[in-house]
Amino acid sequence: MSFLTVLYACVFYAATAMLVGGLVAKIRCYARTPAPLKIPTTPAPTTTGGVVLRMAREVALFESLFKSNKWIWLFGWLFHVSLLLVLVRHLRYFTEPVWFWVSLAQPFGTYAGFAMVAGLGGLWARRFLVDRVRYISTPSDHLILVLLIFIGTSGLGMRFISHTDVVAVKAFFLGLMVFDLQPLPSDPALLVHLGLVALLMIIFPISKLLHAPGIFFSPTRNQTDDSRERRHIAPWATKFDAGSGSKSE
Amino acid sequence: MAAPQFEVPKLTGNIEIPAVKADASAHIKSFPANAGIQEIIGFPGGAEPGELVDGWHDKAIAKMGDLLGRYRSLQVFMDACVHCGACTDKCHYFIGTGDPKNMPVARQELMRSVYRRHFTFAGKYFPSLVGAKDLTKEVVEDWYKYYYQCSECRRCSVFCPYGIDTAEVTMAGREILDTIGYGQKYTNEIMGKLHKIGNNLGLPGPALQDTLEGLEEDMLDATGVAVKLPLDVEGAEVLLVTPSADFFAEPHVESLMGYGKVFHASGTSWTLSSKASEAGNFGMFIGSYENTRRAAMRIREAALELGVKRIVVGECGHAWRVAYSFWNTLVGVGAGGADPFSIELQKQLDPRYPAPQHICEFTNDLIKQGKLKFDKSLNDHRVVTFHDSCNVARGSRMGDIPGGQFIIPREVIKAVVNNYHDMAEETIGESTFCCGGGGGLLTDDLLELRVKGALPRMEALNNVVEEHKVNFLALICAICKAQFNKVVPFYGFDMSMVGGVHQLVSTAILLEKEEE
Repeated sequence: MSFLTVLYACVFYAATAMLVGGLVAKIRCYARTPAPLKIPTTPAPTTTGGVVLRMAREVALFESLFKSNKWIWLFGWLFHVSLLLVLVRHLRYFTEPVWFWVSLAQPFGTYAGFAMVAGLGGLWARRFLVDRVRYISTPSDHLILVLLIFIGTSGLGMRFISHTDVVAVKAFFLGLMVFDLQPLPSDPALLVHLGLVALLMIIFPISKLLHAPGIFFSPTRNQTDDSRERRHIAPWATKFDAGSGSKSE
Repeated sequence: MAAPQFEVPKLTGNIEIPAVKADASAHIKSFPANAGIQEIIGFPGGAEPGELVDGWHDKAIAKMGDLLGRYRSLQVFMDACVHCGACTDKCHYFIGTGDPKNMPVARQELMRSVYRRHFTFAGKYFPSLVGAKDLTKEVVEDWYKYYYQCSECRRCSVFCPYGIDTAEVTMAGREILDTIGYGQKYTNEIMGKLHKIGNNLGLPGPALQDTLEGLEEDMLDATGVAVKLPLDVEGAEVLLVTPSADFFAEPHVESLMGYGKVFHASGTSWTLSSKASEAGNFGMFIGSYENTRRAAMRIREAALELGVKRIVVGECGHAWRVAYSFWNTLVGVGAGGADPFSIELQKQLDPRYPAPQHICEFTNDLIKQGKLKFDKSLNDHRVVTFHDSCNVARGSRMGDIPGGQFIIPREVIKAVVNNYHDMAEETIGESTFCCGGGGGLLTDDLLELRVKGALPRMEALNNVVEEHKVNFLALICAICKAQFNKVVPFYGFDMSMVGGVHQLVSTAILLEKEEE
């Protein structure tokens, strides 16, 4: 077993642990922190079903972003939808036999790679071209875009320019999933691609990528507008209902 | 009007997004509170106004940790922002000043950079990479300036893909500042008056009684009908809670007479309360759950003491947000309570009506039932437009359906006037612009900010003035009324064009003379 294979296996186990552990910790934190007041941004749905629909539109269509700015919406939505297709396509490296819908998605996922990089390019360009966005951009904002662009282009490079041994790559990942190490090809493009993906997994729970779980816990979006019909109170606030706190003077 | 010490923006016909001008409003700072003001509302104060208490750094960080643990909104909003820029051109204070720290994301970032430094792995170990900063005196100074250049209007939250609401961050920022002795004079002084006397104006019960009697005489002279403004009447059906500006200020008082006429014409027994003589609740502005609750307790206590069946709230934007969204949580004014505290009040309230109810809901219901009669031509000298108040638009509702807060006031207006025109779509409804004076900024030490912050609304107003000859800006908020009254002259409008929705009702309503 080559050193590279062992190294990448270790990196992916560690990255997966950090991604899952980090996200579980963050999600637990969000779930356990109470939202003491009703603060949906109104007009808001008055029923739980309505909230599910609002959230679905927000997550799938980026409704609020669409209202806000068509360029950011275009680039952002293009990137995210493309990323989804790309991820679906990549399931073929983790499943045997490959699910039929993953097979169907292969051509879409392939070309979505280009759209993904284009969307990222548009988002990055805004960080230079729009003075307001330039003002708020931190080094990490640029670096995360660079990271994703490198992941995209290294992947596209392997697909369209310099092929790697995808059969071996698949064997490596199927093996990883059952703790049975298989040799990983040593093409530079593949090593860069996988190394950056591992890095992305590691920074996910400690960076702004937390917007992914965060949106589901955003009180302005996930609360129903029913404050007159139901009493909503946080555990820490119930103590006021009794004792000296219950007087105005 | 004295000549302004600053440049008033020129109206161009369009709401233009300015280029970033660093520190363009860095010189604008409201007066800090002294220790006496701070202590009345439960916060410390230094020897001089604005002087930080000993150990301020650690106390501020500890308070931030406390708030992060108590408010999911703050915790999620600190983490979720990706700096996409969607909010950057949405704040009226940015549009009016061009100061980049008035872009919502940058305003949040003042706190987020400190949050990262103290509460995240990346900020602890790679601060410059992720824009993390230590909490220094300069940062505290920026917090104070720019958290009091936010009116908590929530316009940015409409456009954020994650629903990040800068108002929540501003409220947390102000609460942390209050905790280390750096409160704002205007808001905190008013908060103290509310706790001690019962209303923001500091108007004691007997003076209130006098004022109401004077207004009753005015209405009798003007209409020949004895419209009453009852105070502290036990057993009345409706308790009306309204901003205290309605008792004294122009044009607010015109709406108060309008409510009185609606109650009179519909034959509803009602009362004001000297204990609950303020609908406004500045506790929300400083993010203080305890102060907001303590102020709201007056309404609960008055309702219980007077034995009323319904609670109606007068024209006031943030008050309606507190009443609609928070009263049930804070003091049990509402329905659906399952605990003894809320049941005690809720069993007394009439379940056929929502609690609380907005005066526009109340009037509109009566109009729909045909219980009010109007002569719309009495308003024919007016061409009316309506400004959606930010807190009503984005922090509350009226009626049964989402967006009822936009429909119902317009229905009331259209029932009493013949000439009505909306302002441009992107400046009303959920996209409405704040008047520029909300959220604790309605003070003369912030006049420059208020004038500049009103710019987008003034542009939209000017367009309907030119196109439709609009001469009346109808409002449902005491702060909007006071703010516009003050700032429209800077833009060349006459302040008499500012008024309340129930002022229009008051003009057109027909009262039956009692039989002799």
